[in-house]
Amino acid sequence: MRIGLIVNPVAGLGGAAGLKGSDGTEVQREALARGATARAGERAAAAVRALLAARPDATVVTVPGAMGEAAARAGGAEPELAALAPGEPSSAGDTRAAVRALAAVDVLLFAGGDGTARDVLDAGPGVPVLGIPAGVKVYSGCFAVGPAAAGLAAAEFAGSTTEAEVVDLDEQAYREGRVSPRLYGTLTVPAARVRLSGRKTGSTTAAPTTVEGIAREVVARMRPGVRYILGPGSTTRAVGRALGSEGTLLGVDVVADGVPIGIDVSERALLDLVDGHEVAAVVSVIGGQGFVLGRGNQQISPRVLARVHELTVLATREKLAALGGRPLLADTGDPATDARLGGYVRVVTGYRESVPYRIVPASEESVG
Amino acid sequence: MSATVESFAKLPIEAKPPLRRFHQARWDEPIIFELSSPGRRGIGVPEAGVPAVELPAAVRRQAPPALPEMSQLHVLRHYVRLSQETLGVDVNIAVGQGTCTMKYSPKVNDRFVSDTRIAELHPAQPEDSVQGVLEIYWRMERMLAEISGLHRVSLQPNSGSAAIYTNIAMIRAYHASRGEGEQRDQVITTMFSHPSNAACAKLAGYEVITLMPDAEGHPDIEALRAAVGPRTAALMITNPEDTGIYNPRIAEFVELVHGVGGLACYDQANANGILGITRAAEAGFDLCHFNLHKTFSTPHMCGGPAAGASGVAEKLVPFLPGPTVEFDGERYFLDADRPQSIGKVRPYLGVTQNVVRAYAWIMALGAEGLRQVAETAVLNNNYLQHKILQIRGASAPWGRRRLEQVRYSWEELYEETGVHSEDIGVRAADFGVHYWTSHHPYLVPEPFTLEPTESYSKEDLDEYAAILAHVAEEARTDPEFVKGAPYNSTVHKIDPTCLDDPEQWAPTWRAYVRKHLS
Repeated sequence: MRIGLIVNPVAGLGGAAGLKGSDGTEVQREALARGATARAGERAAAAVRALLAARPDATVVTVPGAMGEAAARAGGAEPELAALAPGEPSSAGDTRAAVRALAAVDVLLFAGGDGTARDVLDAGPGVPVLGIPAGVKVYSGCFAVGPAAAGLAAAEFAGSTTEAEVVDLDEQAYREGRVSPRLYGTLTVPAARVRLSGRKTGSTTAAPTTVEGIAREVVARMRPGVRYILGPGSTTRAVGRALGSEGTLLGVDVVADGVPIGIDVSERALLDLVDGHEVAAVVSVIGGQGFVLGRGNQQISPRVLARVHELTVLATREKLAALGGRPLLADTGDPATDARLGGYVRVVTGYRESVPYRIVPASEESVG
Repeated sequence: MSATVESFAKLPIEAKPPLRRFHQARWDEPIIFELSSPGRRGIGVPEAGVPAVELPAAVRRQAPPALPEMSQLHVLRHYVRLSQETLGVDVNIAVGQGTCTMKYSPKVNDRFVSDTRIAELHPAQPEDSVQGVLEIYWRMERMLAEISGLHRVSLQPNSGSAAIYTNIAMIRAYHASRGEGEQRDQVITTMFSHPSNAACAKLAGYEVITLMPDAEGHPDIEALRAAVGPRTAALMITNPEDTGIYNPRIAEFVELVHGVGGLACYDQANANGILGITRAAEAGFDLCHFNLHKTFSTPHMCGGPAAGASGVAEKLVPFLPGPTVEFDGERYFLDADRPQSIGKVRPYLGVTQNVVRAYAWIMALGAEGLRQVAETAVLNNNYLQHKILQIRGASAPWGRRRLEQVRYSWEELYEETGVHSEDIGVRAADFGVHYWTSHHPYLVPEPFTLEPTESYSKEDLDEYAAILAHVAEEARTDPEFVKGAPYNSTVHKIDPTCLDDPEQWAPTWRAYVRKHLS
């Protein structure tokens, strides 16, 4: 078994320094100036220890120096090294290059946060990946709940995979007190029970069949003549797939009578497509904070929402559980629209399964 | 001779350590089908003294049954070994399987059911020859009707979940009889109700609406208001829920559902904390069910057949499964002439052995005794809660007083050590006790659910709490050691993915052969 390892040596720097993230070299320099130490290396080493304890025969393949070799050795491995010479300090480009260089592994482990996950996503890994949580922001579903869990999940990987979302917050906005998660895409991860991160709570992950069940339920309830706006997200994309079309992961699509009539549409195009029709909007929960409107789906604007007759939210029960009792949030930019949306919304959690769940204007809920 | 005895008595006997040095049997025992040897037999049946009769082709098997061929000794040894590889209720302090009400099943009740007058009954015997067992069914039904306050009870269901299914089948028949079967296609339940409610409703064709808990830990009554309507067939709810929290507004929940024409069905899986204190009828419920293997002490029987009971208000009596056991003042008889009945939910009367055990248990206790059961179960739970909350890293979300069980959380311990609740449970098995987390998904982070019932002594509860305190301390000093557990158990780590993956799971040998060996 060959396990790839990439460490983002500066991940987590900003957290200790109270900087709410480590994106950008300026922030990293500031963090170091405040006396922060990176912890990604030691967390990666803990993952390697757990991996080797469970699979002593596993070969760790990694990058020379601080981007993996040091952590692999600290974890007790004799690593195989890729022919790379990352910069000092390393950059996002080095992470992407490492992902591409480590293509011939069974599972690729990376230590970092949501920003690192985005770099891994951008590089387009051809193998299952799993994050070792070491960053300040770890909202993406592609992380294990802890370093040892990541090592074990890699050791026990037997070919079964699922998709996990990569989300990231706008750090500048976050430093200003606003939580603004955005969905960037999905990564293929090992389908290990329990060990994947349920965001900030240690809940279990849902089986891949749950998402298919949610999609079937949405499709079964579709009525002729109604224009269905499908927001971004892997759960809403599953609805498109259930109808036989690919749709977009990050954009807004429109479906009528089972056929896509708009893919990745703008607000303007959306208004044209729904004009004069009965309209239903189907959105999913973006990030761990419970946002359903106004984050990554601004195309579904107050003007569009004014024409929506029925709003349905899609979420697995695990995702609702991970909210820890907090409500869903609407932040459309228009307080009147947010207020109108307040109350109980039908959250589809599976085929013929739903949860009436509270949705409130984001301004009424302190988050962060 | 006497000198030997004396010197033996003088041998120093080392004091036992505070925690048991338990080690479970590990037999590496194959599956019974793998032990089969062609031609091996348990009984050599002698030749009949009469000429063989050719069976009609219609009743003859084409191929012999695929059953293991073994001798008696090997069958006995196989099952005794398996029994040594479990942590059954007769050997461990079984307070760790919360919601399952693992109480002592009095052994004297086993003697009643092994008595030939019960053991040799045939389910198809004529009524006149089984008046005694019919009387037990009749009297047991009347007692459960009194305990629930409902009108009649069926003891036909095979298990608790079969009783819940019986209830949803009666709900469906009731609405259909009023011409509202099509319209009422939704069943409302709660996140902390017994999950069989959602499962049975779904199996019966209903859409399931689940209410999440509010900030107090009660099911969200505002969500119920948003959910009820002309499509509501029923509310199926457990109280106290699996958190151990009793919903004080339960009568309002029932009223809201009645207000839209729905029925209210009480899952009494957690009845052990309310026996003799409150009843389903007092909150206005139309139906309820009991698990005889939980509240009424019969063995759980490895997931079936245990025994269930379905209780109904008067308006639902016509829909009870049939035939019903009736009494005309002189004679007990079966009434199969019930045109609106949902029909049989199992062959014959019910799980007679467990009905007899539960009957004996109730008769031994009486009404006062039943109330004492609930009071003792609550007292035990209060004591255990007090002990558990002294362990650093353990908490009880929502912080309120519970009835007969508590869903606790190791969230603080996990954040400090990275050790999960599952890890703690596996390590607890090294000390010879069972431990359970929670149904999924985990609403309470890093959950564990303890239900001490009335059976356990103060010393038992102290021992259980001491084991958890010890493991929590181990998690702080050596988390990897806890994660590496179990060390003294029958098996080491198992891969749980086969439980979730339809391609892998194999509940029978045939499925195992089909999916993994062919």
